[in-house]
Amino acid sequence: MEVTLNHFLFVSGLLFAIGLAGVLVRRNVIVIFMCLELMLSAANLSLVAFSRYNVTPGGDADYNAQVFLFFIITVAAAEVAVGLAIIVALYRAKQTTDITQINSMKN
Amino acid sequence: MLDLLFYIFATLSVVGALGVIVNKNPVTSAFSLIAAFIGLAALFIQLDAYLVGIIQILVYGGAVMVLFLFIIMLMDLPSEERRKFGWGPVAGGILLGCVFVVQLVRVLADYSAGSRVMQDLPVGAASDVEQIGKLMFTQYYFPVQVVGVLLLVATIGVVVLSKKELD
Repeated sequence: MEVTLNHFLFVSGLLFAIGLAGVLVRRNVIVIFMCLELMLSAANLSLVAFSRYNVTPGGDADYNAQVFLFFIITVAAAEVAVGLAIIVALYRAKQTTDITQINSMKN
Repeated sequence: MLDLLFYIFATLSVVGALGVIVNKNPVTSAFSLIAAFIGLAALFIQLDAYLVGIIQILVYGGAVMVLFLFIIMLMDLPSEERRKFGWGPVAGGILLGCVFVVQLVRVLADYSAGSRVMQDLPVGAASDVEQIGKLMFTQYYFPVQVVGVLLLVATIGVVVLSKKELD
């Protein structure tokens, strides 16, 4: 069976669902952050798939989507740097990365 | 041949993603995530997005995951593995994931444009690096500047956050 646009969209959605389940299931804040990165990358896959299958009138791929993806990757890299710095600061204050232990704003 | 490669790399990325949430040890999770990112980069390259695929490997597989592993190493995490296992979040996560996948299948089944096959790119067209570069430094020049400022702000923010004493 030839690979169609739906195949790529399904893989993208499946990875997104796995990342979403991971955010809810896991309690280590670093693994939750990894799952967030996974969801971001999964969304990128559907963007690239649409860019390749929706050809422009000249028959070429739509490169605007890939420029957009470049910006997404840049923002994701900045987000990882800031997020991990926050996690390190949190670990210094609480000595744990378990999200069930970090609930001081609850009471 | 290309179809076979699609299935191989899609399986690699899905198995890697499952490994992230199944493994107890954060280091193993990080390495599974690297496998998932490499599979995703291979899918990008199969979609003729060479630049994006290479950037995916360099930025995600390289820089971001090294940063994750460095932080995990810094924190000495494996000592917190043994703790009681809550079934509530696990059931909720799996249920929500399944609901999402079912909904995805229903939507894709109705999406008629999704059954199109890949057309060959025109012969002699400019490479993707050239086209993306042209777009980025003409039409999207202002966003590039904004992203540069964002990276600068993030760098300063990380330095401020990581300082021992904030006085």
